[in-house]
Amino acid sequence: MRPFVENLPFLCIFLAILTGIVSAVIPRGRVCYWMTVTVAGIIAVLSAVVLQYTYGGNLSFTYSMGRFAAPYGNAIQCGPLQALLAMVFSVVLALALAGGKRDLFHDVLPGKLRLYFTMVNLLEASLLALVYTNDVFTGYVFIEISTIAACALVMAKDNGPNLIATIRYLFMSLLGSGLFLIGLTLLNSITGYLLMPSLAQAVAELAESGDYRIPLTVAVGLIIGGLGIKSAMFPFHLWLPDAHGGATTASSAMLSGLVLKGYIVLMITMMMRVFSMELMGELGVTNVILAFGLLGMILGSLEAMREYHVKRMLAYSSVAQIGYIFMGLGLGTTAGVVASCFHILVHACCKPLLFCCAGRLSAVSGHHKSLKNLRGSAYRDVSAGLGFTVGALSMIGIPLFGGFVSKLYLANAALPTNRTVLALVTLALSTVLNALYYVPALLAIWVRPPAEAEQHVLEDTRPEDLAFDRSFTTAAIALMAGIFVLGIFYHPITDVLEAGIALMGT
Amino acid sequence: MLETILQNRFAVTAVILFGIGFMNLLLQQNLLKKVVGFNIMDSAVFLLLASLGYIDGGVAPIVGDRGFDPLYINPIPSGLVLTGIVVSVSITAFSLALIQRIYRRYGTIELWELLERAGKEDD
Repeated sequence: MRPFVENLPFLCIFLAILTGIVSAVIPRGRVCYWMTVTVAGIIAVLSAVVLQYTYGGNLSFTYSMGRFAAPYGNAIQCGPLQALLAMVFSVVLALALAGGKRDLFHDVLPGKLRLYFTMVNLLEASLLALVYTNDVFTGYVFIEISTIAACALVMAKDNGPNLIATIRYLFMSLLGSGLFLIGLTLLNSITGYLLMPSLAQAVAELAESGDYRIPLTVAVGLIIGGLGIKSAMFPFHLWLPDAHGGATTASSAMLSGLVLKGYIVLMITMMMRVFSMELMGELGVTNVILAFGLLGMILGSLEAMREYHVKRMLAYSSVAQIGYIFMGLGLGTTAGVVASCFHILVHACCKPLLFCCAGRLSAVSGHHKSLKNLRGSAYRDVSAGLGFTVGALSMIGIPLFGGFVSKLYLANAALPTNRTVLALVTLALSTVLNALYYVPALLAIWVRPPAEAEQHVLEDTRPEDLAFDRSFTTAAIALMAGIFVLGIFYHPITDVLEAGIALMGT
Repeated sequence: MLETILQNRFAVTAVILFGIGFMNLLLQQNLLKKVVGFNIMDSAVFLLLASLGYIDGGVAPIVGDRGFDPLYINPIPSGLVLTGIVVSVSITAFSLALIQRIYRRYGTIELWELLERAGKEDD
């Protein structure tokens, strides 16, 4: 008899899907909202229990669905890393919803709210499934589910530019999942398996014997490329600023903070569990990932500097931050992957915080989005101003904030490789560039404009927007606390990550 | 050369179809044609998958007590094709609905025109 705890990962996914179905038939948006937030909280607690069980026992268990033994059937593989990611993702999801609550009820038609929450729950289910899955085809199915859910979240704020952003996002995602699917087919045709452990064995044998070298390279390239397109790896990021910048606050926060990460986590799983880092290095794939990551770090920031629309600026900054994650993966060492995973956590806290604060700041400035009109807005809601400041300082990488630790780990991971200079120089340059657009944004929100300009902005502002926003403040405080925890008490977290990644390879 | 192509005729067809679909999805400006391109691309993958599982002279995979004689075809790729078709149908339905909505609002489904108009709306 296996311990009951091992059922929990599956139950979490099931619970999220169930809530999605139930919220489709509840007519009242507010009920759906509370249900979704509660369920995300429950999932976080359950994942914490799983984390305690796996980290305490230093084990990674396989949970097979139905009574089909490997190599058939479908399975979940859960270790400390997966449990930690699931926990953080569902907490951040709940906080993103809370932080963008007022904008959400303002932007989405009341009749459509239940459908919005259906999509949020499906998104959560697919994120959890992408984290936990041990079967590549299940991975593909949930990639598509999260694509549909994410597109629906973008178009929930129903205006023209958003529709166009959604269709561009959809087509780019289809391109990515098409590449992933054909890569999967090729891999299946040369190995004959879909479950990750059997695949890994077959791939290792192929790598040793040198058979099918070209199909294997193509398959690895297609799978990584497909997932790269979906997670906005640098040259494929053009859909991102419109989609993330235009959506309602809660959607932007979830899309930037979580959805991109889901695909990256699947990519890490494929790299660690199926292909193995040695093979990736041998085939030269890690070099390509590294190059795209480094380019993204620089060029994403450069584009963010040119942007005056605050949400689009944050979206471009996401491109740069995704570049950091790919840089860690591209180093091809376990330390690099640990740094990447840590950066996933940091960015999952920072970006939703920044988006929620930007949404709140623009709400107290008459829903204007350009930095020019946000001048002095931090004084109208001090908690949003503080949140934006904390998020921005963490992005720049000031010590005591989460971003500093992930940069430290990335730099440390780069030291033993033969690309130290390149990685360190890019890291430094990118930090300077981050500061170059976040500091002006901070100055803009904290420096009071001339009185008549402020009066002009205030005329557009409705008094109910200026009122104290309790759910936003709670979410902002929680996310700020998360950033400080990641920045100060990071040792236990990196220990969990290291244990999880070590267990993943076996 | 010709013999290799004939032996791999399904794979070759699939690659050609995939290329056609991929280029349509990338280069067409008409949103509907993009959707059609996506469908062609998916069909190519399904063709490849279905042909990979097929064994000449194999029977339907109903495993009883007769073991591997006669050989039965590999059921897993067929299962994948079914799942893939479901995914592809739902994505197609979603994108068609979205395109309809865009057409109602803008009266056009040419991407360049749409981007231009959205850019103006943004200012």
